[in-house]
Amino acid sequence: MRYAGIDIGSRTIKLAVIENGRLVLSRKSATSHNPLEMAQDLMDDAVFDVITATGYGRHLIRGHLACPVITEITAFVLGARFFSTSCGSILDIGGQDTKAISLDNEGNLCKFEMNDRCAAGTGRFLEVMATVLGFTLEEFSAAALSAKRAVKINSMCTVFAESEVVSLTSQGAKRNEVALGIHKAIVSRSACLLKRVAPMEKIFFAGGVALNDCVKILLENEMGRPVFVPPDPQIVGAIGAALSASEDV
Amino acid sequence: MSDYTKMWSSIGLDLKGHDALLSVLGNAYSDIFLSQKNRPQGMKYFDFVMSEVHGLRIKELMDAKAQGRKVIGSYCVFVPEELVLAVDGVAVGLCAGAEFNFEGAETLLPRNTCSLIKAAFGFKLGKVCPYLEASDVVVGENTCDGKKKAYEIFGPLVKDLYVMDLPQTKSEMGRALLKEEYRKFIKKLEKVSGKKVTVASLKKAVEIVNAKRKAVKRLAAIRAADPAPISGLDALLVNQVFFHDDPIRFTDSVNNLCDELDHRVKNGTGVFPKGTTRVVVSGCPMAVPNWKLPMLIESSKAVIVGEESCVGERGSRFLTEVKGNTLDEILDSITDRYFNIDCAVFTPNPSRCDYVKEMTKKLHARGVIHYSLQFCQPYLMESGPVEKELETSGIPTLRLETDYNQEDAGQLKTRIEAFFERIKRK
Repeated sequence: MRYAGIDIGSRTIKLAVIENGRLVLSRKSATSHNPLEMAQDLMDDAVFDVITATGYGRHLIRGHLACPVITEITAFVLGARFFSTSCGSILDIGGQDTKAISLDNEGNLCKFEMNDRCAAGTGRFLEVMATVLGFTLEEFSAAALSAKRAVKINSMCTVFAESEVVSLTSQGAKRNEVALGIHKAIVSRSACLLKRVAPMEKIFFAGGVALNDCVKILLENEMGRPVFVPPDPQIVGAIGAALSASEDV
Repeated sequence: MSDYTKMWSSIGLDLKGHDALLSVLGNAYSDIFLSQKNRPQGMKYFDFVMSEVHGLRIKELMDAKAQGRKVIGSYCVFVPEELVLAVDGVAVGLCAGAEFNFEGAETLLPRNTCSLIKAAFGFKLGKVCPYLEASDVVVGENTCDGKKKAYEIFGPLVKDLYVMDLPQTKSEMGRALLKEEYRKFIKKLEKVSGKKVTVASLKKAVEIVNAKRKAVKRLAAIRAADPAPISGLDALLVNQVFFHDDPIRFTDSVNNLCDELDHRVKNGTGVFPKGTTRVVVSGCPMAVPNWKLPMLIESSKAVIVGEESCVGERGSRFLTEVKGNTLDEILDSITDRYFNIDCAVFTPNPSRCDYVKEMTKKLHARGVIHYSLQFCQPYLMESGPVEKELETSGIPTLRLETDYNQEDAGQLKTRIEAFFERIKRK
């Protein structure tokens, strides 16, 4: 049996196919203004027997494809287990959501917290801030890591933080120090969510923002625990959805 | 439906705004309530009440006023309906459940004010709540700081605002304060109505209100059955109608509904399949038409089996046990009854959490969803310790903070579904 999972996120759609416990296919594309069409393109020639949907667009696809849906939270719990059995908590920072999840001794979902309503401190926030500073996402993280000190950013609202950054740079603040300040702000907010679910042991870090080395390093310092980033942190939810299909059968 | 335009104009409603409100309300009602499957026949009465919520019921209030009876509006379960009935008055709960004219409310209130308070102002300034416009006296009460200070601003906007102080601790002094406030309230009621509260009128009033609460308690107890004989949405609606319907007719209608539900339980029929995930909702009141959270919950393959809320068990679970035959002794009994209410304005407030646990057990719920309105300090503050205590007792708990607008519906749905996935995987 080939089990597929599709994770329709706010910025990226991910497809994973699992066969005999191995990941045999993984694909991504930008969500765009037409997530349904992008999802259909992704699935087009992919070979699978059953599929499960997750992500904020999970209910969207159900009208077009008879498939079960699970929330991202459960998908991340299952997906994280695929990569590591020694993590006690999960942090996912996606395009518009941040989720902190703690697991019980058997690796089941114990508690979770999500950011409220707006996309403050999520992947989208980092994207906008990188653009304001004139960096690509890769340059942004490297620049922050190169800074010796951080310029403090007070606002977590994407709109307000943009004005704050513009005003700081016009006052002559160094670009890489502002970059570090932005990374610190996002980590402090995520750490706060994580502490509310009482993380244990290693932290599993997933979602697009886990590709950012600076966030990972700062998070390790802030939490005082090792942070594990899987080889492809964006695909974790899709793998989790695929695994849930294999459990159901 | 009859044409009530003349009546609405006569009490000073803004017809355009009112029409807009009624059309939104009507659409929401048919989408959320009438679309449910397997509803009990007994809900037809409540559908009718809702369809006439600004019509026939207001006409009844106007008729009562024409007979010299006074309409007393209030916003809180600490305002004793018994005392209003004892001077032959009509007690009504006032509208505070919809995001209507918040921009108007924000000209008088800070933006970071809870939706309940903003709605009360929005309705008043927009002139769309016929209950408020028909009220001879509006009773405010010093529960939270938000309401307490808001009434200072509200006073000049209404004909006769009467503010009642409330205790904040369950102490001897607190109880004495409550009794004194109720005594003062009787004087106020006697003055506006020109009628005296007598032992006989007060006893009769207690009997009417006790019967009404008994009927709602009966409904609450029936919901322990699996499959659930009635949806949480419909049961919430009954608890909402509790606040503005004629008490005797309401009591009969709830008892009729319960007779039907007893049959359902005996036959093992329900609104959702047996084994559907069962939850208790605990926290802030849900006034009409605040149906957002129950709708999200019950469209996620779960059923609400109890509400630990002012619009729910907090408002109805205690009855007045009359001890004695003098006015003072009956007033003592009424004070005792209201002093039991475990509102989060009290500190400390341990009995509330104990009761949530008790409800979870007797209603066979798998978890608790704690609901707080944004900026509602008492319930938001209490939500952390309540969650901790419930989780420690093995009751999965989801803490939600939201308000009347729909912008966070997607995020709430994800949280709610994930919570049910957590419960089911256990």
